[in-house]
Amino acid sequence: MTTLSRSRSEWKGLAFTAPFLIVFLLVFVAPVVYSVYLSLFREQMVGGNAFVGLENYAELVVDAQFWEGFLRVLLFLVIQVPVMLVLALVAALAIDSARLHASGFFRIAIFLPYAVPAVVAVLMWGFIYGDQFGLVANLNDWLGASVFAPFSRDWILVSIGNIVTWEFVGYNMLIFYSALKVVPGDLYEAAELDGAGAFRVIRAIKLQALRGAIVIATIFSIIGSFQLFNEPNILRTLAPNIITTFFTPNMYAYNLSFSGQQYNASATVAIVMGVITAVIAYVVQLRGSRKEER
Amino acid sequence: MTATLTEAMTTTDASSRGRGGPTRRRAASVLRPRKSVAFTILMAIFVVYALVPLLWLVINATKTQAGLFSSFGLWFSDDFVIFQNIWETLTYDDGIFLRWLGNTLLYVVVGAGGATLLATLAGYGLAKFRFAGRRAIFAVVLGAIAVPGTALAVPTFLMFSQLGLTNTPWAIIIPSLISPFGLYLIWVYAVDSVPTELLEAARMDGAGEFRTFFTISIRLLAPGIVTVLLFTVVATWNNYFLPLIMLSDPTWYPLTVGLNQWNAQATGVSAQPIYNLVITGSLLTIIPIVVAFLGLQRFWQSGLSAGSVKQ
Amino acid sequence: MSSSRSALRRTLTIAATAALAIGGLAACSPSAAGGGGAAGDPADLDAALEKGGELTYWSWTPSAEAQVAAFEEAYPNVDVELVNAGTNTEEYTKLQNAIKAGSGAPDVVQIEYYALPQFAMSDSLVDLSQYGLDELEDDYSASTWGAVNVDGKLVGLPQDSGPMALFYNQTVFDQFGIAVPETWDQYVEAARQLQAADPTKFITADTGDAGFTTSMIWQAGGRPFSIDGTDVAIDLADEGVQKWTGVWDQLISEGLLSDTPGWSDEWYQGLGDGSIATLVIGAWMPGVLESSVPDGAGHWRVAPMPTYDGTPVAAENGGGGQSVTSQSKNPALAAAFLRWLNNDPASIDVFLESGGFPATTAELDDPEFVGAESEYFGGQKINEVLTQASKDVSTGWSYLPYQVYANSIFGDTVGQAYANRTPLADGLADWQAQLVEYGDEQGFTVSE
Repeated sequence: MTTLSRSRSEWKGLAFTAPFLIVFLLVFVAPVVYSVYLSLFREQMVGGNAFVGLENYAELVVDAQFWEGFLRVLLFLVIQVPVMLVLALVAALAIDSARLHASGFFRIAIFLPYAVPAVVAVLMWGFIYGDQFGLVANLNDWLGASVFAPFSRDWILVSIGNIVTWEFVGYNMLIFYSALKVVPGDLYEAAELDGAGAFRVIRAIKLQALRGAIVIATIFSIIGSFQLFNEPNILRTLAPNIITTFFTPNMYAYNLSFSGQQYNASATVAIVMGVITAVIAYVVQLRGSRKEER
Repeated sequence: MTATLTEAMTTTDASSRGRGGPTRRRAASVLRPRKSVAFTILMAIFVVYALVPLLWLVINATKTQAGLFSSFGLWFSDDFVIFQNIWETLTYDDGIFLRWLGNTLLYVVVGAGGATLLATLAGYGLAKFRFAGRRAIFAVVLGAIAVPGTALAVPTFLMFSQLGLTNTPWAIIIPSLISPFGLYLIWVYAVDSVPTELLEAARMDGAGEFRTFFTISIRLLAPGIVTVLLFTVVATWNNYFLPLIMLSDPTWYPLTVGLNQWNAQATGVSAQPIYNLVITGSLLTIIPIVVAFLGLQRFWQSGLSAGSVKQ
Repeated sequence: MSSSRSALRRTLTIAATAALAIGGLAACSPSAAGGGGAAGDPADLDAALEKGGELTYWSWTPSAEAQVAAFEEAYPNVDVELVNAGTNTEEYTKLQNAIKAGSGAPDVVQIEYYALPQFAMSDSLVDLSQYGLDELEDDYSASTWGAVNVDGKLVGLPQDSGPMALFYNQTVFDQFGIAVPETWDQYVEAARQLQAADPTKFITADTGDAGFTTSMIWQAGGRPFSIDGTDVAIDLADEGVQKWTGVWDQLISEGLLSDTPGWSDEWYQGLGDGSIATLVIGAWMPGVLESSVPDGAGHWRVAPMPTYDGTPVAAENGGGGQSVTSQSKNPALAAAFLRWLNNDPASIDVFLESGGFPATTAELDDPEFVGAESEYFGGQKINEVLTQASKDVSTGWSYLPYQVYANSIFGDTVGQAYANRTPLADGLADWQAQLVEYGDEQGFTVSE
């Protein structure tokens, strides 16, 4: 950067960045700011709008429905994210191992569900889950007992988790797989000269190389889980009593505003969930990169 | 951590890597293991999981509404009516499906194209120029994606309606123009793939920054740009929530919202279930994106040789 | 490149405008929709039709397209843009959003009876009596006219009605020797008999549906909601409610109800193959059965709704009308279109042809309509039963001024009683508690 004067560099850099920033301000920052503003007011059907300070936040803290939804996505996150990431990791290592016939086909086939819009995926799985006429019914008939009841209280999180896993396992697999591809060839050669076996290579080289990708995939999966909405919301017509309006915090926020016109409470949920998500994502990143340094 | 990901996203083809290289001595080793049938079968189960629902979709798109319920889900029913289903899907309600397809294409071309352009410009600007607030921009952009989009819908809706943008394509396109993930990818990618010396040489020659960008840098960034394009295309093609809120007129719907409306019209006083069209429509919705996927996949592989220049 | 550049510039212009607007936005929230529009009178309507103009009409009714076409032919100066903005609650969400935003609402909008008070409350709908449409009272059945009059204002004109009746599968009843139930006790008995004979067959499917529950309470004589201005009273444990839960609790606790959710693909299938043997539902159902349950042809019949004590009494289930929004820039023209849509015989004919059930007395009393034989129902004169049901609807019912919200949380509360097979009274108490809390939060004076 020697030949470019500092002020010229600033100007040019800003010129490149400005279009993004202007749109970003409009579609991300402004709504967040407006949400914060909304969260400080309360508008009623009768009586109009009034400034209430942090009252909405105080109410949210003791709102059992909010916390029920929050704990549910937390449970979902703790189970579904590791399962999905481990599956993705295994698939990536398998395809990378060069032990597979037709590995290119496997790569594409597993990745393909990612191309399916969430709406279509849920409609499709909704049909398949039908325990009277769907594939699940066929499966139960074949087993001779009603083993699976995808829309029952006990199964619903598994059913949703399965859809989400199906949608995103290939995406995560590709992130991992591609990270493996950049491991320099001479590292493997060195390992081979050392007489290292396949599992030692995986532990010593591959998992090291994957660390960054795993951290990123984890962060994105956490954000995705906290924002869980499309899948339960569309499945709701098939399991109306099991999937409540506050099933996930995001559904709660949506129903508060669009069924109940409680725009202020909804904005409060959004802000609180945003802060929680950001903090957790930050902690994961911090831990992930600290390990890397060791 | 960051560099790995960009590499990861842009590197997909094993054959173009130098791994193994000239040292191929033994038949089976860490470097060149033997093909394993058992391993292949294990992965085949994985593939079955990934493909069975898609197979289900293809098979059931061949059935009539009655056939959907009376036949086994993974086999054909007596009536094979896929062409009739496709015809009905395309002509139902004066061909609204084709209109939705056109809308989706518009949103993808302008939205995903624009998002890729903005992310590329900004990522490059952040990577290659020093200016105040660079770090802050990064933190704010990453922080913003943590806020649930569904919950931002209300404020965004109210703002857009003040601007007269709701129920117009702009309400879908403008928010699609932002891809924080894309910005991040290009930023990290540009740090390594566009050599600063090259830019300095161009400056000595008196080339303007934008000319340099569009003639030199953009080629070096190509693999990263294709990757970002792929993700933004998928994101806009699958966009559902925002159009659902922003649009009230079905003539501007994308396919996803339209299909859900078809599915929802099975409810209530004037119910008209058209499950066979929902299924066929879903299949038709997936086909273009899958084709684009496979197409772009090849692109990645060719983009890769450009990427390997830097090493 | 140039085109994308100009697109970019346009985007930037918009973004810059937006940035300016955001500042203003924080200061003032969107202004509420205006009042009832300018005062008018009946003569204005004919003048408006003559003068012409453009209207937007939101509806999901299948007959809407043909009706609009017929209207435009009769009044070539008027241009009506028909928009299907979604089915029931989806449309209400969009209407609510447009009201909140202060723009974007159509001129004329389809709203079901249960949702009318909610939109009337916020002054979002035009009082049509200023155009003299209140003189049309005698043209409509008493219950539908009551539904479009909210708090002393005429906020819509009825399009259809849904007096409830018992739809039953004659073939299934014959097969198991079950008589058509006339009282609810007989209905419960029939449910037991059917399940005992064939565990795959259920008397009906009900997983908890707010519209169904409120209609059942209505028939039982319950009046759980009452409104007087901003005073709201809620009592989901009154005598009528208890009469209904006394019957329905038996069906739930004994597992006699199919748990197939209403309007799902499996539900349609169940109606076709006899596994769902009856439906207690509005008079608009024959149209749905004919078009969407072809396998049921010849099997279904209609009987009066069972009663508690043998005295015929029915309730309304579903149905709705159209309203003029306060955002309309041409309310006189909108009202004129609405008058044609729901009062002109030409329009009503189109509506009936599409399988709708009318709200207009001319049709309900028309011997030709009443005596029509339905092929689907094995030649039964179903309208004799259904029009009688329309006359038997008990009066004095009202919905909450936030019934759309109330129905949205029905599954969270009463639905839990269905899912857990616990007494309905618990679920209803929970529903009531949440409705009271919501009403208080929204500034109503709620008494229990």
